[in-house]
Amino acid sequence: MSALRFEHVGYSYAGAAAPALRDVSLTIAPGEFCVLAGRSGSGKSTLLRAAAALVPHFHGGSFSGRVAVAGLDTREATPADIGALAGTLLQDPETQVVMNTVRAELALAVENLGLGAGAVARAVEEAALALGIGELLDRPTSELSGGELQRVALGAALVSRPRLVLLDEPTSQLDPVAGDELIWQLRRLNQESDTAVLLIEHRLERCLGAADRVIAMDKGAIAFDGDPGGFLEWAAREERSLQTPAARLIEGAGLAPPPAGVKQARATLRRRGLLPAPPVPGEKAASGAQKPGRPRWSGRRAKGPQPALEMRGVWHELREGPAVLRGVDFSMQAGETVVLMGRNGAGKSTLLRHAGGLLAPTRGTVRPSGRVALLLQNPSDYLLHERVSEEAPPEALELLGLGALADRHPRDLSGGERQRLALAIVLGGSAPAAVLALDEPTRGMDRAAKGELARWLRDRAGEGSAVLVATHDAEFAASFAGRAVLMADGRVIADGPVQEILAGGWYFATETARILDGAGGVLLPEQGAALLRAAREAPAVIEEVAPRR
Amino acid sequence: MSALDAAVRIAYRRRASPLHAARATVVAAYGGALALSALLLENPILLTALLAAVLLAAALAGVGRRLRGAARASVLPLLIATVLINVLVSRGGLTVFARLGEWGVLGQVDLTLEAVVYGLVFGLRLLVVALACLLVVCAADPDELLLALRRVSPHSALTAALATRMVGVLGQDARRLAEAQRCRADGPARGTRARIAVLRATVQGALDRALDVAAVLEMRGYGAGRRGPGARHARSRHDIAFASAAVGLLALVAAARASGAAMFTAYPLVSMAGGGATILAALALLAVTLAPFADRRGIEP
Repeated sequence: MSALRFEHVGYSYAGAAAPALRDVSLTIAPGEFCVLAGRSGSGKSTLLRAAAALVPHFHGGSFSGRVAVAGLDTREATPADIGALAGTLLQDPETQVVMNTVRAELALAVENLGLGAGAVARAVEEAALALGIGELLDRPTSELSGGELQRVALGAALVSRPRLVLLDEPTSQLDPVAGDELIWQLRRLNQESDTAVLLIEHRLERCLGAADRVIAMDKGAIAFDGDPGGFLEWAAREERSLQTPAARLIEGAGLAPPPAGVKQARATLRRRGLLPAPPVPGEKAASGAQKPGRPRWSGRRAKGPQPALEMRGVWHELREGPAVLRGVDFSMQAGETVVLMGRNGAGKSTLLRHAGGLLAPTRGTVRPSGRVALLLQNPSDYLLHERVSEEAPPEALELLGLGALADRHPRDLSGGERQRLALAIVLGGSAPAAVLALDEPTRGMDRAAKGELARWLRDRAGEGSAVLVATHDAEFAASFAGRAVLMADGRVIADGPVQEILAGGWYFATETARILDGAGGVLLPEQGAALLRAAREAPAVIEEVAPRR
Repeated sequence: MSALDAAVRIAYRRRASPLHAARATVVAAYGGALALSALLLENPILLTALLAAVLLAAALAGVGRRLRGAARASVLPLLIATVLINVLVSRGGLTVFARLGEWGVLGQVDLTLEAVVYGLVFGLRLLVVALACLLVVCAADPDELLLALRRVSPHSALTAALATRMVGVLGQDARRLAEAQRCRADGPARGTRARIAVLRATVQGALDRALDVAAVLEMRGYGAGRRGPGARHARSRHDIAFASAAVGLLALVAAARASGAAMFTAYPLVSMAGGGATILAALALLAVTLAPFADRRGIEP
């Protein structure tokens, strides 16, 4: 019996002009690990909600066709019945957790199955052990970080040992370390318990290596269904915004086949003799190559005219709590593009709030040279009015390309459009902001929208604004930033050109940098492809630019 | 500190105290006994003893500061309003200390000593009841309470648990919205129309949250209505001590009322018991309430 089966499913939300799903048919076998790919608005989340029986039971609308979870027809079964067979994890961990302690949260799903106290306790312990959250069991859910909350929500989805797990961008709020951990925990559970997995993820490079199969959607219909290798070949032909950085790198270098991850890409390069040899500790760097400079650590003071933003010895100490920022020294010049990176809880958002004047340091000083336009994580928080034109002045709407949407309701806009409207609201119509600060602006954005945002940020920097962005997305960071600041435990632990910071690591590194082991400090697939093409013509090049650590 | 902030900060957190070591139903019974005692007593000496007992119990449970903060933010304004209203509308007292003349629908307003005293006593009772409830919120594990209550009324229990959780989530949402408004280039909302827009956005956000949570509950099988048998745990020394204190407290209050040691009347003239028996009863109230805190074995989380 299949874990999930869609038969000619069509669905329209109530009042929607176009259907969200069009004649979708697919079958997922027990134990399959499937990734659901597609641009924003392509129908991925709706398909997932139909598998969980929330469509049509919870959302209403017009539904046709048949969806069966482990043989149970969702037209006859309720979401609660389907919940016994399929665990579901949606995007926002805050609303995924409903109880006050982790133990109670994990217990809720199995208690609702009618199991006895002993069986409930055993299921909770096993789920906690499987996900490495045993130490969290007696913690209040209100005190958990975003990453911990997401693991608890995943535990709650898995505790009843479902035959199918449905996940909608579970890593969107996680740092690279926690995101990778979550994907591999899923893979391990999938392999050990034969649980089928259907995972929506925009950062495909993160999960293609673990996937057995990729289903791509476009305008509510299935556009591709096959193995990861086939998907990458299809994406190269049909939908280039879904290509992974590794695939773009290998394709740009004129090589084949497109790789599903770093390991396959490195194998392809090794076969061609193009992979740099592992660096030898203590060996001197070859002369004549593009060598990365020495990393400059915290305390770096920008030289030149008055900085656009200057922070000196900034501490943020919570009453009866920890210090969130610990003596941060940071400055940036007008026109500079800086990315802030670090694990969840490193202090990035707090630093931005200090920059924007939302928080006052308990010690130290923050001096912006002019207005700081600060865009916080949730763009919907900025929207107050009934029409887009009431939210921001016309010149700001034009600058963000929203002039044509002036009469629309702000909450009817897509995620990317809302993000731009929120930017227009914080920019206003007056003189350009001295500093433009954005906190995790790419959550839920597809690659095309991220590319547009990166271009827009570079344009603003070109006009003289200093751009400061906190993000977990190394690919996005590399596409717009000139400088990277890495934070940990409330401190700046590394500060330097983006090529230095993001080229040599495992987690805070782009996929291209991980494939090439940081060679030449290249971060983006196009740069890496140029390096590889040069190496094919003159084989010594890669050896010469391999980093010496 | 706003009332919402106070509510968020007062949420349950397991601490190393005898009260936290007792099971949630016993903590609820102990808090309930304190609140009921306040409702049964009117004598200011005994009520003051009860107030001291609740505050000391909170301090010994490690939640005294949070309790006082929440009381300042949410209970005191209500208490002051209660006293003022009673003084203005009461007609029962004989000892007039100010004549304020005709006050429209209130008619002739005379302020009396008895009305002030009764207002204060009533406010004191309210304060003890509110503090006892806050003590239960701080010291009783809401999930454990839910588990116990759902055998009786599953839907009400879950609603209560969700409300406890959502107070925190909505508090964070409110802070986020306020921060976003401060980030607007045109500044935070000003004027009635702008404030209505903020209110609309807040309500819309809360409804979105509620829908998300409802969807999660559906998927976790809440609507399936299946319930397994509950777990049985042996009673700890702290369960027995606090349950005994709750019973002892109510017995003491009954005895004080029966013996006349708790006598109090405000109108037409203030009259109250204040002799040795009343003082003895007040001391006994303190002793019975605080006795379970003497045993600190096995209190670590």
